[in-house]
Amino acid sequence: MSLEEQGVPTVAVHTDIFARLVNAVTRANGMPTSRQAYVPQPVVDRSPEQLRAYIYGTDPVSSRPFMQEVIEGLSNPLDEADLEGVSFERNTPRLLEADTGDNLQQHFQANGWTDHLPVILPTEERVARMLEGTSHAPDEVVGKLRPTFFREYWEFTVEKVAVNAVMAGARPEYLPVILALASTGQTSRSSSTNSFAMISLINGPIRKEIGTGDGIGVLGPYNHANATIGRAYNLLSINLQGGSEPGDTYMGSLGNWYNYSSTFAEAEERSPWTPFHVQHGYGPTESTASVFFGGWYTQAGYGPRETWQEKFRHAFAGAEQYLPPIIVMDPICARGFVDLGYDSKEKFIAWCADNARLTAREYWDNQWIQTLMRPQAEAGVEPYASRLRADPDDRISIFEPDQIKIVVAGGETQGAWKMIGGRYQPSWTVSVDAWR
Amino acid sequence: MTNKLIVHDPRGYPPRVTGKRLAPRLTALEGKVVFLVDCLFDNSDLFMDQMQHWFAQHLPTVRIRTIRPRESWYDDPDMRATIGEEGDAAILGVGL
Repeated sequence: MSLEEQGVPTVAVHTDIFARLVNAVTRANGMPTSRQAYVPQPVVDRSPEQLRAYIYGTDPVSSRPFMQEVIEGLSNPLDEADLEGVSFERNTPRLLEADTGDNLQQHFQANGWTDHLPVILPTEERVARMLEGTSHAPDEVVGKLRPTFFREYWEFTVEKVAVNAVMAGARPEYLPVILALASTGQTSRSSSTNSFAMISLINGPIRKEIGTGDGIGVLGPYNHANATIGRAYNLLSINLQGGSEPGDTYMGSLGNWYNYSSTFAEAEERSPWTPFHVQHGYGPTESTASVFFGGWYTQAGYGPRETWQEKFRHAFAGAEQYLPPIIVMDPICARGFVDLGYDSKEKFIAWCADNARLTAREYWDNQWIQTLMRPQAEAGVEPYASRLRADPDDRISIFEPDQIKIVVAGGETQGAWKMIGGRYQPSWTVSVDAWR
Repeated sequence: MTNKLIVHDPRGYPPRVTGKRLAPRLTALEGKVVFLVDCLFDNSDLFMDQMQHWFAQHLPTVRIRTIRPRESWYDDPDMRATIGEEGDAAILGVGL
């Protein structure tokens, strides 16, 4: 659409599964008649002959010859709708029309405002009580969210976050954490075809104040604060970004159970290592929320047992190479690594980075490495350029040390660890105290 | 009588949509420069190769040039500037 705006007639080619999304995006950009042509899904892994058949075949959306769509899209005269586009306001009301509780539950469900589980209805009284959890004004703008980079941002206020916190069943004292998560600007409901989720971590004194869980069942539904804060982050991501609707604002092929709720706290007092937030520039008495983008793969193990090195090497090799891991380690396990000489997270991470390897052939044979990393490699950006120069049979390093993260949590019923796909950026740790 | 509740709308605030016009179309493609924009998704280069073959066979006077953005997903103003200065039309593709 940017090319159209600069005066270049353009046709965009997509696969047919994205037709509804394309319609929504072009309409939201004021250019609903921009020209599109569709081929069948998929293009990935198709041979040249199969792709040629697409081009000589029929557009599965318009049922007209594909190339006729392309040529006419560039050369047919414009009509009035093409010259005007569409302009409109999309206001959302503060309050809904009064109705019964049952009808409102149905209304929320039917409009895609829930995670398909019942919600606590956000009455004025409940929202007012939730807002007592922060000193910030209800109409203060917290930030903006969108399901993916090519969609438009929606803006939201403290009150809107509180509404979603009520719906999730959260308590007012959790609100600063939920506001902090919302303020990251990172949606927990990405529309990526990769079915990503956002995993969130709480550090600092707020954990004890609100009773977050870092012990038995830390990554499961065994703590009210963890469960409802994580659910609130997902509900607010759905509603404050303009939806998470399959085929439109959500395209994850398989979906992701982490999208229900995936918030946990670090067991700072039982960890032999520096807490995550202190590693990332905050003081031990500051409270923070951190988010990790992914949740796509999860691997697990125990240890450190005699063959722990092989186990970790296998786990890294089984990870998706475009998505670095967060390793959640039970305190028993972490202390075991201290006994082996890894007396800091950084030392253990250095070993991990050195041992997270694949052959160059395997590394590059990944559609997202091809799509995202190969252009950088060809432009000379390291470490991708070196990885591209490697012999196909060379075992190349796949994660840099600063991409691997470790958090200590767990109930010490056994020395277990989980390795979860979760990309992190330093700006994704934010202050909870700022939202008290 | 059934009790009725007043509740908040949970949605955020979408931006206003402002209409934009399409670029003027070409009266004919013959002799024009058409850029095939390989958007860098896996296999889109092969797809664009096949598009190029189609043009060579069916509209050989169209001057096809292929171009790639610096990265997939992100806008590349330099690439757009090249297309604007040196091209008459563009075909972008292909997604997933």
